[in-house]
Amino acid sequence: MRNWFKALCLFPSLACAGEWTGYIEGQGRYFTQEPFDSAQTDSTLSLAFEPEYYHAWDDDRQSFIFRPFLRWDSQDNNRTHADIRELLWTHVGDEWEVQAGIGKVFWGVTEARHLVDVINQTDLVENPDGEQKLGQPMIKLSFERTWGVLDIYALPGFRERTFPGDKGRLRSHPRVDEDLASYESSAGNKRVDLALRWSHSLGDWDIGLAHFYGTNRNPLLQPVQNSANEIVLAPYYELIHQTSLDLQATKGDWLWKLEALYSTSDREDVFSYTGGFEYTFIGLGDSDMDLGVLTEYMYDERGDNAPIAFENDTFIGLRLTANDEQSSELLTGVIKDMDSSAWLYNLEASRRIGDAWKASAQIRLWIDVPEDDPLYTISQDDYIEFNLARYF
Amino acid sequence: MKRLLLIALCSMLPLAGNAMTPEEQGLEIAKEVDRRDTGFHDFKATMTMLLRNKHGEESLRHMRTKALEVEDDGDKTLITFDRPRDIKGTALLSYSHKAGADDQWLYLPALKRVKRIASRNKSGPFMGSEFAYEDLSSQEVEKYTYKYIRDEQFNNKNALVQERYPVDPNSGYTRQVVWVDKAEYIPLKIEFYDRKKALLKTLEFKDYKQYLDRYWRASEMFMQNHQTGKSTLLTWEDYKFRAGLKSSNFGKNSLKRAR
Repeated sequence: MRNWFKALCLFPSLACAGEWTGYIEGQGRYFTQEPFDSAQTDSTLSLAFEPEYYHAWDDDRQSFIFRPFLRWDSQDNNRTHADIRELLWTHVGDEWEVQAGIGKVFWGVTEARHLVDVINQTDLVENPDGEQKLGQPMIKLSFERTWGVLDIYALPGFRERTFPGDKGRLRSHPRVDEDLASYESSAGNKRVDLALRWSHSLGDWDIGLAHFYGTNRNPLLQPVQNSANEIVLAPYYELIHQTSLDLQATKGDWLWKLEALYSTSDREDVFSYTGGFEYTFIGLGDSDMDLGVLTEYMYDERGDNAPIAFENDTFIGLRLTANDEQSSELLTGVIKDMDSSAWLYNLEASRRIGDAWKASAQIRLWIDVPEDDPLYTISQDDYIEFNLARYF
Repeated sequence: MKRLLLIALCSMLPLAGNAMTPEEQGLEIAKEVDRRDTGFHDFKATMTMLLRNKHGEESLRHMRTKALEVEDDGDKTLITFDRPRDIKGTALLSYSHKAGADDQWLYLPALKRVKRIASRNKSGPFMGSEFAYEDLSSQEVEKYTYKYIRDEQFNNKNALVQERYPVDPNSGYTRQVVWVDKAEYIPLKIEFYDRKKALLKTLEFKDYKQYLDRYWRASEMFMQNHQTGKSTLLTWEDYKFRAGLKSSNFGKNSLKRAR
């Protein structure tokens, strides 16, 4: 690590004038059920390190950020991995901004899933919720005017999704063999994808309209035989055109949310949406606590043929925000498949300890998942997770 | 000169009380406070909050704020959090309005997500402190109705004491009592009464400094909660008025790159 710092200090205007922050986090996961495959682990310990270097100059008109990420996992070799989450130069002008390098972008408004968030690939080994993303090479040009924000992206270079390895839990059966990934585009992972997004706030309404043309971040998983004569799943990355809408109306204590997309590939056209509300009871029972009630419905027109888990599902959740000194938070909920017996239970809680530590926990349970459900392969992987992070 | 005369006249208005009802006098005081603080255009400052609970345990919050005056409406503000470290880079963008709820967006750096939030929630604690968001947001005349109570000596200063009543039914308060410095028209102390009309908090403004030869800002704001025994000392530093901020510094993109 020290060598990195030294190496960066060779560029004195960059490295030595800026600021290092970040965190180191220990994690333990315990799986409460027998795995499908006896090679899979029952529990795992891991360590994550995410430092961030930031430097701004030219009266803050220009900045540079470098944020690598490293995880070591005691059981799963695939989960022991490193990534550059951000390595980004930003130049800000009056009503415009240009960024180049490796970055991370979020689009969308809903909570149960992030349907329209398409720029970054999912770092799936991190968490089955898919919220952790890999850094995406990009050149972004953004204009912010009275008519809203227009973002234009060129995305050179594709990142393949990460998948848990042999010994890892929360994986498919058979496992995914990332070495067998193939692409519809003849340029493979060197293709330059394009995206455009317009977003605006009009009174109580926040709207985003986007189009993406490029390699689908969600691969198709096809069973094949690998060179070791094992049956494995091979990721196949299609080309898609995807048009999406995200919309939120903020009406008093009500947030109304909708994400919808229409995507076309050589193989199929897909319409999908997620919509619902979040209502917040403020100052619960005369305390400082807020309680949010969330309900969202998830739809995919492919129904049971959809390669994704949520095609006709309802999410109901509670978000408890203590508003205390420790920023204690709890989010819990269930997702119910409306076509089958399947349930998913989820809990996420976190609390600061002192000034620099943060403890968090997760529980995920898959209940009564039928064999034809895409979630069946991880339905024996109920787990409890504890994290303790030290920030610097 | 004309302006000086006008100020002199205006500052006498609340005193020319005989013809005015206490409500009118109160409103005139509020208008004068507002008028004297108008025209700063923009400023930057750093804020430190020292939170202390009734056992004397302390914790610190560091943040930076930028504000832009908006003609005929409330200010735009951008607050960026530096400490505690786990929320570093979190930023809150607010467009306050003279009437109705403010517009607020919260930026969560871990997900790079900008979230429009329900700003009706103004009475809850700001960052776990004894300040509510409504205590810190831009103080517009239209947000209250007023009543002049009396003249009083406060800390060896001549003060006007007025009551004000939040217009917004979502306010955490039924009533505030404000001690206004009679010479400079700046608040010296505010008592906050909760929804049950009981005394909840007292805010004292200390160590006022004048910027651009006109605008007074307290370097310290001490909020004592009488019901919980907790307190927060908010220290303002590095004030920079007319720092060249424009509305483009208060857009969604600026929220994402706030540091």
